[in-house]
Amino acid sequence: MRLIASIAKWLDARLQLGSSIRETAQHAVPRETASWSYVFGSAAFVVFLLQIVTGILLALIYVPSAGEAWSSLQALNHNVPLGWYIRALHGWGSNFMVAIVLIHMVQVFLFGAYKYPRELTWIVGVFLLLVTLGMAFTGQVLRFDQDAYWGLGIGASIASRVPILGPSIVHLMLGGPIIAGATLSRFFALHVFVVPGLLIAFVVVHLLMVVKLGINEWPMPGRLVRKATYVKDYHELTKKDGLPFVPGAIWKDLFFAAFVLFAIGACAYYFGPFGPSGPPDPTIIQTAPRPDFFFLWLYAVLSFLPPSMETPVLLIGPVLVILALLLLPFIFGEGEKSWRRRPIAVLTILLVAVSLTAFTQLGEHTPWSPEMDAWSGIPIPKNFLDDRTALERQGALIFQIKQCHNCHSLGDEGGKRGPALDSVAVRLTQDQLIRQVIQGGGNMPAYGKNLSPAETTALVAFLETLHPRGQRPAQDASRSVVLEENTAQGASKPR
Amino acid sequence: MTVPAELTRRELFMKIGIVLNGIVGVILAAPILRYLLSPIARDSSKSDDSWVGLGGIEQFPSGETRLATYRNPVVTTSDGQTADIACWVRNIDGKSFQVFAVNCAHLGCPVRWFPHSGLFMCPCHGGAYYQDGSRASGPPERGLFQYDYKIEGGQLFIKAGQLPTPGEPSQASNLVREIRPCV
Repeated sequence: MRLIASIAKWLDARLQLGSSIRETAQHAVPRETASWSYVFGSAAFVVFLLQIVTGILLALIYVPSAGEAWSSLQALNHNVPLGWYIRALHGWGSNFMVAIVLIHMVQVFLFGAYKYPRELTWIVGVFLLLVTLGMAFTGQVLRFDQDAYWGLGIGASIASRVPILGPSIVHLMLGGPIIAGATLSRFFALHVFVVPGLLIAFVVVHLLMVVKLGINEWPMPGRLVRKATYVKDYHELTKKDGLPFVPGAIWKDLFFAAFVLFAIGACAYYFGPFGPSGPPDPTIIQTAPRPDFFFLWLYAVLSFLPPSMETPVLLIGPVLVILALLLLPFIFGEGEKSWRRRPIAVLTILLVAVSLTAFTQLGEHTPWSPEMDAWSGIPIPKNFLDDRTALERQGALIFQIKQCHNCHSLGDEGGKRGPALDSVAVRLTQDQLIRQVIQGGGNMPAYGKNLSPAETTALVAFLETLHPRGQRPAQDASRSVVLEENTAQGASKPR
Repeated sequence: MTVPAELTRRELFMKIGIVLNGIVGVILAAPILRYLLSPIARDSSKSDDSWVGLGGIEQFPSGETRLATYRNPVVTTSDGQTADIACWVRNIDGKSFQVFAVNCAHLGCPVRWFPHSGLFMCPCHGGAYYQDGSRASGPPERGLFQYDYKIEGGQLFIKAGQLPTPGEPSQASNLVREIRPCV
């Protein structure tokens, strides 16, 4: 013990760090902030450390070359002992980091911690969020599989929409005219050097300000922030009712960090690493690329935007969101901190959370995409074929072979792109069915050129049978009047 | 009197030192910028696109649409499979062709051809195109991207070399108008 103490003394005599570390560790924080609500920032930092360690471990094996990256990931998964586990830790660590950063941000927002004098802490925090998302996206590219390849194509397509500069931005992003070796090399440089460098720099500034300005006190309804008096009030509060950060508050951070690390380790163990999916071979087009979890909401939004809105929303939307986040502490820098007295803040969080959850959920199921193999892989349920005439069954065959099933479901099986057709005959009359099939409309392509009259007749005959038992199909009232008149005249019989 | 004079001289040297570093910085910045911007500089020389062969035209039967692949004209050693690009070749009537990029005009996902319904469908956001490449439905704002083609000595060549994206001005001339068949 004495030896360790003398070594420490020798080091501190030269480093001169001991007193400032002790001072920082024991600085007084308001008593209520030693709370389980205040553990997310430190947890994000701990997960970042885990990402650094596992990232370096992966770099020992990973080959950042478009020709070899995918096979080096396979080697990590299958040949290198526990390589799969390090990949899983890094992948789950990434998901946890984004999630914890978001939770931290929500907590800071609801507790009014961005108000005076912590405006810059919040702004650097916004940059940290962007940089964290940047790490998530570039990391997804380094998992150089089909999803990564086509994900880059999506990124390039979005970037290309910037007026005038679009094509140049695409070439800079890809490092050349196509997605290839140069693309992976530059995303490797971004993911391993540039973005982590920014992340470390921002974290240092962020933490420095947390220490210098003091941690946000627990917001009390009615205790308003005023620039003239805040700093004095805060110091009085910490003097009157404060406790040293170490060990008064840090034990909860340590407990939570251990819990998060354990959760990442457990997820990595039970669920394993993410991918890689198929090899990044652009000639394999039988693929439905999908982004990672935290970008699924964006993927969903992109399918719901009307075409004319897409470019403006894609280019202006992010700028507005980031501007709003950056300006927030300047517009609402004073006043009430407590979320109990800030209903609009709470509603904003709820709205954003509900929207993101809903879009993410939709992104998981992609109901807007045709189910590419439904026409050959999903048969029409039997009850839609029983007691049907030969013509109607011929129509059912055409329904399959013309890929109608890819977009329309029957008995809840098949694509969800178009409406389910289980009871289409109740909604559309025969004439309307013919018109819809031939001319398309709404979101449906026109099939006039690809259906012979005989095929159309058979298909519509089948569609007319799609109504619930005991419910009559839709009929054109005027038409039955005409047919009745004809019957009365003995000209023809109604069907 | 001597003290401020000395300080002024040192301050002057410091300022000269800063200026010297600034000048060297600018001199060094030029090659660094040129290096960083090389992907764009290459673009301006228009050397990306060149004619590549897709094989004999007998591989593409009249009235059918087939997938063809080619090796990108500009390749580096680290490209691996990513330099193998696919495209859809439509032989309209035995004489005239249309060659489409597989990339959806919405966000670049690979579209698949369904001969029975005569549609290209995109797996990402549900874009669909008619057999002539014109937009049929879904989020795309335009038809499929087309390559210029020529036939020489029974071989089909296309002018290729770039990832087609919605914002690429060179592709604008290839816009396929939306065609809706009438009854």
